[in-house]
Amino acid sequence: MGLARKDLLGMKDVSAEEITLILDTAESFIEVSSREIKKVPTLRGKTIINLFYEASTRTRTSFEIAGKRLSADTINISAATSSVVKGETLIDTARNLEAMNPDIIVIRHSVSGTPHLLARLVRQSIINAGDGTHEHPTQALLDMMTIRSRLGTLKDVEVAIVGDIAHSRVARSNIYGLRKMGAKVTVAGPATMMPRDVGAFGVRVCDTLEEAVRGKDVIMMLRIQKERQHSHLFPSLREYSARFCLTGESLALAAKDVLVMHPGPINRGVEIAPDIADGPQSVILEQVTNGVAVRMAILYLLGGGMP
Amino acid sequence: MRKNAAQRLILRGGRVVDPSQNLDEAADIVIDDGHIAAVGPEAAAKTSKGIVIDLHGLIVTPGLIDMHVHLREPGFEYKETIRTGSEAACAGGFTAVASMANTDPVNDNRSVTEFILRKAAEAGLVRVHPVAAVTAGMKGESLTEFWDLKRGGAVALSDDGRPVKNSAVMRRALEYAASLKMTVISHCEDPDLSGDGVMNESFVSTDLGLPGIPAAAEEIMVARDILLARYTDTPVHIAHVSTAGSVELIREAKKKGVKVTAETAPHYFTLTQEVLKDYDTNAKVNPPLRGPKDVEAVKEGLRDGTIDVIASDHAPHAVTDKEVEFEYAANGIVGLETSLGLSLRLVAEGVLTLSQLVAKMSVVPAVILGIPGGTLRPGSPADLTVIDTNLTWRVDPTVFRSRGRNTPFAGWELTGKTVLTVMGGRITYRDPSRWE
Repeated sequence: MGLARKDLLGMKDVSAEEITLILDTAESFIEVSSREIKKVPTLRGKTIINLFYEASTRTRTSFEIAGKRLSADTINISAATSSVVKGETLIDTARNLEAMNPDIIVIRHSVSGTPHLLARLVRQSIINAGDGTHEHPTQALLDMMTIRSRLGTLKDVEVAIVGDIAHSRVARSNIYGLRKMGAKVTVAGPATMMPRDVGAFGVRVCDTLEEAVRGKDVIMMLRIQKERQHSHLFPSLREYSARFCLTGESLALAAKDVLVMHPGPINRGVEIAPDIADGPQSVILEQVTNGVAVRMAILYLLGGGMP
Repeated sequence: MRKNAAQRLILRGGRVVDPSQNLDEAADIVIDDGHIAAVGPEAAAKTSKGIVIDLHGLIVTPGLIDMHVHLREPGFEYKETIRTGSEAACAGGFTAVASMANTDPVNDNRSVTEFILRKAAEAGLVRVHPVAAVTAGMKGESLTEFWDLKRGGAVALSDDGRPVKNSAVMRRALEYAASLKMTVISHCEDPDLSGDGVMNESFVSTDLGLPGIPAAAEEIMVARDILLARYTDTPVHIAHVSTAGSVELIREAKKKGVKVTAETAPHYFTLTQEVLKDYDTNAKVNPPLRGPKDVEAVKEGLRDGTIDVIASDHAPHAVTDKEVEFEYAANGIVGLETSLGLSLRLVAEGVLTLSQLVAKMSVVPAVILGIPGGTLRPGSPADLTVIDTNLTWRVDPTVFRSRGRNTPFAGWELTGKTVLTVMGGRITYRDPSRWE
C-alpha cells in the first residue's frame, strides 16, 4: 500500500483510484487528531522540509502539524529568511537541501510549474503546496474529503466554483479532481476572471452567481485578491460584491442542504456574507480540520511509512 | 583541402540552385579572387589550375543569409560573442547575418556599430550586418542618427525585443529611414496587451496556469505598421510572424500594394504551444509558440509568398538564464545551427520547392537589407553554401558552436545539412564527417 509515484504535483495527473486511496487514508487519520496524544510513530526518522516561497499561514501550519503528528522531523523555510534574499537560485537551494538528505520537500511558489522543475532536479518526493495560478492539489483533496464525508459520495454531486477562476489554483485542482470522481462542475465570475477556453476543462460556465448556484449541492467561493482591480479585472470591490457575494438570498436558490466552502482566507463581505460564512451551511472550518488529515495521508503514502 | 585559399577554387558537378538567375541544374562553379568567375555545366572544363572539390550529389546555393540574429556582443558575452555566433552561423550554412541592436550598450550609435563590424572582421567567418536601434536606448522615444549609423555600416533599423510603441515615433522612423533607403524591421507587440504574459493565451495557458499573450497583441501592431507604411508609402519589414491573423493582415496588405515584407522563424512553423506542457523553458520565446492553426497559417503564408523570409531569430542564452522558474526564464531559442535542417522539412513536406526555400533564406533577405550576396552571378562575391539534402543527423546542443544551448529541438532527427560554406572565396566551414 502506498502511492506508486515520487511526487504529488497536481490533480491533473492523479487517477480516481489514487484519489480514493488518499481520501480513505485521510479518514483513518482523522481519529489521530482527536486523541489526547495526537501522535503516531509512522514517519519517525523521516525529514520533511516545508519550502515556502510565498506567504502562507494555513497551508504551512497544516503541513507542519501533519508531519509532526506522524512523528516526522519538519523544517520550515520561508523565502524571507532563506538564502533567496542573498540571491541564491531555486536550483542551488534545491541542490543544497537535497545534499542534506531529507525525504520529502513541500513547496509553495508564486510561479506556476516550479514544483515540476524541482521534481526534475532532486530525488526527493515533491509535494506541491500551491504553484502560482496553476494547482493546489492538497486543497482540492481536502475539499473532496469534506464533500465526500458530508454527502457520502462525489459522484454526480453538483458543484459551483465562483470567483476569479483565471487566477485560482484551487479552482484548477478542484476541477480536475472533482471531474475524475464523477462530480459536475459549474464555474462563474466576471468574464474578465474566466481563463481562455475554460469550457475545455469540461465545466459549465455561468455569467451570474444566481444561475451558477441554482440547485447546487456544493458552492465554493474563491478569495478575491483586491490588487487584481489594478489589472482591470473588475471596476470596484463594491460592484464585485454586489454581483458575486454569496448572501442568504442567493444561497436560497441552491439545494436544501447545500455545503458552503471557501479555501480561505476569507474577505468577509466581499465574496461571502459574514452570516453565511458562519452559518449552518458553512463547512469552512471542517475543511481546515480535514486539511491536516489529508496532508497526513499524503505524507504517509509518499513517505513510505509503516502503519 | 586547405582552409585558406586566395587561389582558384573549382566546385565541380553540384546541383546549383540559384533563384536569382532561375538556375537549377548540375553545373561547375569557378571562384577567383573571392568572386564567382564562372557558373555553368562546363565552366570548369577550360580551367586546370586550382583546388578542385567534387560536389556530385550535393546542392550548391548562394550563401544563406539570416537576417535576424542576436549575437549578444557587446554586453552579454556570457551568452554569445560575435566570434562564437559567427562560428555557429557558418556551421549552419550562413555567409551573412544581420545582428540585432539589443546589446549593452544598445547599438544606437555609430561607435557600437563600428565595434560590431571590427569584431566580426576579426572573426572573419561571416559577414555581420549590424541592425541599429530605431530609438535611443530602444526606449521608443527619440530617433537614433540613421544617416550616421548607415555610414558606420548599419543596414537596417529595429528595436527588436521591444516594439516601437508610440505610433508617431514609428511613423517618423519609417519616413526618415525610407529617405535613406533603409528598412525598419518591426517587432510587433502591444506591450499593454501582452502584459506579464509568458506564453500564447489559449487553453494550454489556462491549463498550465501561466499568464497568456493573446494573438491580438501581435496583430494590432502588424495592422498599425501596415497602416503607417501605407499612409507614408514606405517599406516596413515585420519580424517573426507567429499568428494566423498576422499572416492574413500581411496577405491583404500586399494585395493592396503596401510595401510590407515579412519573416518567420523555424520554430513558428514547426512547434505548437503543446511543447510547453512540462514547463520547458527552452521553448519559451517571444512571440510565443502558438496553436496548430497558426502553424498551418504560417506555412501557408510561406507557400503563397505572403511571408518572404525565413530567419532564425537566433537568441542564445546561458543555462543560468533558462534553468529557473518559468516566468523568470529568458525568452529565446538558438537557431543558427538548426534553421536549415528545420526549414528543409518544408521542402520534404511539399510546402516549398528547394528554389523557393533558397529565395527565402538568401536571395530575398539580401534584397530587403540591400546587402551583397544572395546570388551566384559571375562577378558577385563568392558566398555559397553546399548542402547534403540526404544527410540525416541528430540535434545535439552539446556540440553547438554557439555558446547558447537553449533549443527545444534537442534530440530531433533532421535530414539535410550544410557540408561546406564558402564566404568571399574562403572555406569557412566543412562538415568533418564528410571531408576528413
